[in-house]
Amino acid sequence: MTAARDWRGLLFALPFLALYALILIFPLMRGVWLSLNQVDLFGDGHFVGFGNYARLLHDPVFGTSLVNTFEVTLMIVPPLTVIALFLALALNRAGKGAAIIRGIFFSSAVLSVTIVTLIWRFILAPDAGLLGEAWKTFGWQPLPFLSDEHLVLPALALTTIWWSLGFPMLLFLAGLQQIPEDMYEAAALDHSSRWTTFWRITLPSLRRTLVLVVMLQTAAQLQLFGQSQLLTAGGPSGASRTAVLFLFEAAFGRWELGYASAAAEILFLIILAVTITQYWATGRATGADGGR
Amino acid sequence: MPTVAANIRRGRLTPLGWGGLIFGALIMVAPLLWTLLLSLKNNSELVGHSGAALHGPYTFENYVAIFGNSLTTRWLLNSAIVALGQTAGVLILASLAGYAFARLEFPFRRTLFVIVLLGLAVPSQAVILPQHELFAWLHLHNSYPGLILPGLVAPFGVFFMTTYMRGIPRELDEAAMLDGASRWTIFWKVIVPLTIPAQSTLAVFTFLGAWNDYWWPLISATRSDMYTLTVGLAAAQMNYAQTSGLGYLMAQAVFASIPIFIVYIVFQKQIVRAMAGAALQ
Repeated sequence: MTAARDWRGLLFALPFLALYALILIFPLMRGVWLSLNQVDLFGDGHFVGFGNYARLLHDPVFGTSLVNTFEVTLMIVPPLTVIALFLALALNRAGKGAAIIRGIFFSSAVLSVTIVTLIWRFILAPDAGLLGEAWKTFGWQPLPFLSDEHLVLPALALTTIWWSLGFPMLLFLAGLQQIPEDMYEAAALDHSSRWTTFWRITLPSLRRTLVLVVMLQTAAQLQLFGQSQLLTAGGPSGASRTAVLFLFEAAFGRWELGYASAAAEILFLIILAVTITQYWATGRATGADGGR
Repeated sequence: MPTVAANIRRGRLTPLGWGGLIFGALIMVAPLLWTLLLSLKNNSELVGHSGAALHGPYTFENYVAIFGNSLTTRWLLNSAIVALGQTAGVLILASLAGYAFARLEFPFRRTLFVIVLLGLAVPSQAVILPQHELFAWLHLHNSYPGLILPGLVAPFGVFFMTTYMRGIPRELDEAAMLDGASRWTIFWKVIVPLTIPAQSTLAVFTFLGAWNDYWWPLISATRSDMYTLTVGLAAAQMNYAQTSGLGYLMAQAVFASIPIFIVYIVFQKQIVRAMAGAALQ
């Protein structure tokens, strides 16, 4: 057999690989090159080395957008994970009622970001929103969620949690299905309380699902864009401008493609670093008790 | 795959537990119901007083207006073309490549597969600016190929199909090989029919992702007749103050969500099965 020299197998992979090289690998490299150049709408620009990066470091708008991104990610990921886990535990049962409630909690996840912001704009708006109406029935003054610097990120976080609950909940439900029944039977023989069973059996068995959910959600929320662009356009006074919105504005508002590319590379490195750290930290933490 | 019914070990949920769940579910649906009610109201009734949505009279006039507006129906058509095109493309490319990586021997196979897997770690924002530049060079902005192509290079499909095909017993293709079948025949007659469950799961996820994508169509489609529903609705809500009323806007939101809810309800099983697969990895 000369299988190793047989190029015909490659023909099957070639259509994908050719597009992959053109539309993903080439842009990835080109992005690094662009970030080292001063490029605008016209012409090829010129090489500035790390000039764009140096400028970013001193750009308070970029700095604020990074801080906003981290803040909103922290406001979203922990509550989202805990609520999704709690829902999965409560809804991991047979019966029509549980099935309907599972369907309801998943339903928002199939909507696009434009529909979600359209819905939430008229919930959060103080003069015409559902929350405002509810507030008024209690005799309170409606809160200006989208125009107050301190309320805007929590409002975006709330919108995002409502939107994103479905998939983590399904992942936890699937994880719960993989726990062998006899582990619970053993716990029952030991007369372990529900609480002990949860901490000793359920949670350790869900470890890998938990890591998966936290990693996926963190990477997703660090790229939060549509909610901020559509609901507030980054305002008031930049209080909800995220890193991706910053690079979008730099690229397609001011056509500073090199500068925007440098911002994109920095965010890419941050996402990689955070994801790898989470993976590594959980690998070490769980390695000790014999887990994989 | 074990169904949820297969293991019930949490004991009974207390009435308080059920109460909490139902309360949570009400909070989840309240925004959807609110949107639906707003969409059924006469626009002038809602001006400065959206609370009017809580009582009648209700009307379908906003929905009638959507069908009179050629742009919204055009956006629906665009979304359908882009989402179906991307789904078909991903299924074809990922099945072919998955077969090559799972079954065939060729030089640099492992290296190429690792390069594809590394692509899973590349967020779209890291490549979107050069992609925009590339598609401008190719004169593909404001075209269906331009809207469809970037979605075809997501490495997930290849990873998913390769993993699935590795799980198919080799005896099946070896038997066909002994019968003198070519690689293409084995792929088309033996492997593809066995991967139908994986194909349908991948199809549902690709369709959902393509239908809901906002980032790429936002920068690639700049002519309003080439907008997809996501971009069209974004433009509609940004111009809200100047244009038509709140009820009409919400009717557009409901109109745009109906197709995706239908897909969700029909393909629920595939979604749940895919999640079970992900939790196992």
